[in-house]
Amino acid sequence: MAQKLIYMDYNATTPLHPEVKKALAKAMDVFGNPSSLHGFGRRARKLVEEAREKIATFIGAEPDEVIFVGSGSEANNTVLSIFECRSARRECSCIVESRRSIITTSIEHPCILETSKCLEDKGANISYLSADCLGKVNSEELETMITDKTGIVSVMMANNEIGTIQDIKTFVKIAHTHGALFHTDAVQAVGKIPLDVKELDVDFLALSGHKIYGPKGIGALYIKKGVPFCPLIRGGHQEEGRRAGTENTLGIIGLGKAIEMRKKEMKEEEKRLLKLKKVLKEGIEDRIPDVRFNGHPTDCLAGTLNVSFDAAEGEAILLYLDFRGIAVSTGSACASGSLDPSHVLLATGVEAEQAHGSIRISMGRENTIKDVEYILDVLPKVIRKIRDMSTVPTGRKK
Amino acid sequence: MSTQGNWLYSDKLKEHFMNPKNVLMDIDSYQDDGKGIVGNIKCGDQMVVVIKVDKKKNTITDCKWKTYGCASAIASTSVLSEMVKGMTLEEAYRLSPKDIAKELDGLPEHKIHCSVLGDKALRAAISDYYIRNGMQDKVEKKKAHLVCQCMNITDREIENAVLDGARTYYELQERTKIGTVCGQCKDETLRVLAKYLKKHFS
Repeated sequence: MAQKLIYMDYNATTPLHPEVKKALAKAMDVFGNPSSLHGFGRRARKLVEEAREKIATFIGAEPDEVIFVGSGSEANNTVLSIFECRSARRECSCIVESRRSIITTSIEHPCILETSKCLEDKGANISYLSADCLGKVNSEELETMITDKTGIVSVMMANNEIGTIQDIKTFVKIAHTHGALFHTDAVQAVGKIPLDVKELDVDFLALSGHKIYGPKGIGALYIKKGVPFCPLIRGGHQEEGRRAGTENTLGIIGLGKAIEMRKKEMKEEEKRLLKLKKVLKEGIEDRIPDVRFNGHPTDCLAGTLNVSFDAAEGEAILLYLDFRGIAVSTGSACASGSLDPSHVLLATGVEAEQAHGSIRISMGRENTIKDVEYILDVLPKVIRKIRDMSTVPTGRKK
Repeated sequence: MSTQGNWLYSDKLKEHFMNPKNVLMDIDSYQDDGKGIVGNIKCGDQMVVVIKVDKKKNTITDCKWKTYGCASAIASTSVLSEMVKGMTLEEAYRLSPKDIAKELDGLPEHKIHCSVLGDKALRAAISDYYIRNGMQDKVEKKKAHLVCQCMNITDREIENAVLDGARTYYELQERTKIGTVCGQCKDETLRVLAKYLKKHFS
């Protein structure tokens, strides 16, 4: 009997959209270097620029304000690294010496947090905003933290683990009032919630292809016209000197197509996912005692549900589900090799023992109500099995 | 069948994870001769091991367990509970994480930490048996040897850090702060580190 395979880890990565596959197949033979002047090059250049335009339009930017990079992580690394640049080279238009401090948050993706730590080691001054129990970052704290030395404020738009969406505009206003720039890691947000860089007034915005049914290894960075910049990767004139390296033509074409499809499908998909999540959440609540949902109840990505189970360890839950053909993720530790529970859950005040017993279910365009029914059938059995083995008592067992 | 083509774990580990042996379901009514509890839920794992002992033969006749832990903790304690039946207390006391990993046809290196808990709890259960039966003298008291005077770090703490994943001097320092004041203990620390890396991972 062939077992059902259900993928519910869309925040980790997504399958290619069928239309993206078609676009990639069609472009497979476009091998010219987009920088070449001959016909082969010009053909590739045309496709690259078409994709750039689609992406720019989608986020409300001008095409020359969007550069292609290798990933969301690269985009985020690039922005923070501007603030350690002391070069006077032509391609660098660096920030003033007195504004090198950075403010970010305690619930960012590791690509922001690790880069921040690295900059701290090099002498930079970095502060971290706290988040409340629903994952909302404290904007009042920003008012007290920000100084005339703050160069940039970086707040992620939607959290990858718990799905909480921030009110970015509030943070942008505070940053700009104090003369600081503003960056948002929107890797989980672009293509899932509507956004417009001009309306938000952000200075930088990072996005990624593989979270929205595009290819892996391609991301984009929005850089507002006129803001200071310095490339992370040097040595070529590509992207107007802002990111060296021959363009990942296929990746770019795939990302362009993925964005085009998001434009068409995003709204309907959000409605559908919200319905699925409601059934899933209520089903878990009905069938499994001693659970706790993490993240914001309404300001949350439609497909993301993070839940903690008392007395059950996350990796064990993940692997028992995997064995039944269901793929979810855990913020807990053991799976990723570190023994610390999720920094996001801890930052939102979840107790360590609950954080260890958390899983993230993130749904996307291929999930159906049947999938939700299946996980609702399997999950209670898995939790019961683990709790029967557990040293930790639950209310249920009293 | 799983969604992953290649499991991180061996088939044997998978079998013990899916169908754990000797789980202690009746903790209140189980008449144990020795009981050991180790770990902490805050750190993500806790283990209870109970044993029954044939007092004449000095052997373990039954071993049951319960855990709050990951797949490796579940599987390694399951396999451990099978291994120790019939063993003398002395033999069982000497079992190491390496022996358990071997019995499981290997364990991913970063999961060794999880399997440590089972044998620690077993030793605690055996010690408990000795104490209950007036054999305190048999309880091994390994004296820890102080390596870093400044930060007060012993060889046992180095061993624990190695089992927790420290592989290099730098990683050891990150975890224990060893040698971060005067640094005179570096040579000895490196020797102790190499010893435990060899003991547990070679």
